[in-house]
Parts: sequence; structure tokens; C-alpha cells
Amino acid sequence: MALDDPRGDTAPRPYMNPYLAGIGLGLVLLTAFVVMGRGLGASGAFSSTIAWLVSLVAPGYAHSNEFLARYLPEDAHPLKAWLVFEVAGVFAGAILSALLARRVARTVEKGPGVSVRTRLALAFAGGILMAFGAALARGCTSGQALSGGSLLNLGSWIFMLCVFGGAYAVAFFVRRQWL
Amino acid sequence: MSAPFYVMGLFDDEASLAVAFLIGIAFGFFLERAGFGSARKLVAQFYLTDLAVFKVMFTAILTAMVGTTLLSWAGVLDLSLVHLVPTYWVAQVVGGLLLGVGFVVGGYCPGTSVVSMASGRIDGLVFVLGFAAGTLGFALAFPLLTGLYTAGDLGEKTLPETLGLPHGVLVLGVVLVALGGFKAATWVERRMAGPR
Repeated sequence: MALDDPRGDTAPRPYMNPYLAGIGLGLVLLTAFVVMGRGLGASGAFSSTIAWLVSLVAPGYAHSNEFLARYLPEDAHPLKAWLVFEVAGVFAGAILSALLARRVARTVEKGPGVSVRTRLALAFAGGILMAFGAALARGCTSGQALSGGSLLNLGSWIFMLCVFGGAYAVAFFVRRQWL
Repeated sequence: MSAPFYVMGLFDDEASLAVAFLIGIAFGFFLERAGFGSARKLVAQFYLTDLAVFKVMFTAILTAMVGTTLLSWAGVLDLSLVHLVPTYWVAQVVGGLLLGVGFVVGGYCPGTSVVSMASGRIDGLVFVLGFAAGTLGFALAFPLLTGLYTAGDLGEKTLPETLGLPHGVLVLGVVLVALGGFKAATWVERRMAGPR
């Protein structure tokens, strides 16, 4: 780890070439298919966590709720789920990469024309919208677009086109947040 | 056929969780390398100033798609044993549109928000909290949403099955379209980077 550069150079390193990063991601995904028989994911880890939290507060309700019950196995702890461990790994891998490239920074990502408060409110709102979208679609950019896309899954390609369509349709209206 | 290893019973559930963690590390590593912990880098896709999202995503799809196809043809990987999310096209149209809107409003998708939070971004952390709140909201509202959730049920269905074309033809088609898309993306980036 080259964290202590003798020249005192602490500037963030440039990002990886997009095609190389894509090949890397693709090989990780291929490994998941070959080793596990399933693709990558992210949103499912949130569903497991929420199902577990609700089951602590209101166990009867959690098991009677059709959506939550799916994430509450009879014979195992809800957090002993494949995607929960995978997303924990994502967190660790991201820290590792960001540290090596000096990209760890406590900042808020936004354009110059918007306040921090507005940006954070929009981040929260975007998260809520996306949770409904991912739950309805049975997956997010990882589980549906990336994993299902490479298996030529019909629903994943329909989903992917709609993600780009939805984002381009409203990009103009939230441009002040970013540009 | 000897893969998928887990489905073939080569290791148990406990070991699969260790595999999950290791695969996750590699996944998070490459997402961060690509710059996907930064909301501005991600949403630049939707303002056409930086099309890395498209390039990375489709290079990954091509790599995994060609890889699984070759391994299946070589008799190593049984593709019928790889989990396929069933198609509910109406739910996936509505879900995809919502997710797209959420992406450009919030700046992340679920996986990249975890990467962003891990590299210290406060907006990434807030997005994660919003996503958790939304998941709880969806669960509470689920009895009202069941109709939409199950709308457009087509079962497990692939593009080759739907179009009546061989798997290899579709793979070749996606490869060609993506390669054309990469060239077009670079052209768009050059134009958008020029004087406005």
C-alpha cells in the first residue's frame, strides 16, 4: 500500500480505464455464475436487513407480510443470506480500492449550484424511489441489469431499457443538482 | 458438466457465505476502481459528458455473457442451473422507470451507494438510509401493490426463447451492438467536451 509517498503526493489517483474495469467486473460476475450458479446483487441485502429488523420489533407481523416473509427463513438467521455477505464484501472491497487510490474523502457529491441540505434531501428521496423500483423489478442495476443482462434474461433487458429511459427523461429537471 | 459448483453440491451453505464475501470484495473493488463511488461520475452518463457507466456496464455484460456462453458450449457450465429471475414485464417496466428516476435524483443505485458510503461520501450514506426506508415502505405497502408486483407474468424467459433465435446469434448481436455503442459513446463524449 503506497499510502506514504516520499514525495508527499496525496492527490487522488485517476480512475481505471472503463473497459478494463468492465472486464474486471465481468470476470467477477462470471466467477459468481460458475461457482454459485447465481449473479451479483445489492438490493436483496437491504430486503434481508429490513425483514430482520421488522422481525425484531414485530415478529408476528413480519412473518405475515408476504414480502418480508420471503426473507425470513425458518431454519437460519435472516442475515445469513448470500447477498448480505456479498454486500458486506462490496463495502470492504470499495474501502480497499479507495484507500489504495487515495479516494477516501468525507464529502458530499454535488454540483456547485445546490446546497448540501438540498443534495442530501434528494439523495434520500432518490433512495426511496429506487427501493420501490428495485422491489417491483425484483432486482436492481446489479441483480437485474448486470447479471440478468448477461444471461440474456428477457425481463432484465426490458428493465435495463426502462432504467435508462426513466433517467434520461427526468435528467433535465434535476440538472441544477449536478451541473 | 461440473459447474455451477454450489448447485452441484461441491460445498455447503456456510462455505457459500465465505464465497459471497470474497466475490463481494472483488465486486466492490472494481466498482470503486471504475469511479462508481462518485455520484457526479455516475450521473454524468445522463448528461452525456462522461459515458463510463455505459462502457463499464456493457463491457462487464459482454465479458460475462461471452464467458458463460463459451463455458456452456465447452460442456463445463450448465446454464439451465444458473438462477434466472422470472419476467414480470409490467412490474419490470414500472420498476425500471422508477429506478431510473431514482438514479438521477439520488445519484446512485443500491450497489454503488454502498461503494460511495465506504469511500466516505455523506450523500452515499444518506442514499443508503433512503433506500432502507423505501424498502420498509414497500414492504408495508405490499398488500396494496401485489397486483402491480405480479403484473405481466411470463415466467422464466430469455431473449433467445422470446425471439425464437439461437443463443449464439443473440450473443453475437449484443456484442456487435455494444461495440458500435462504445464507438458512439466516445464520439458523444468528445463532442460534449468541446466548446459549448
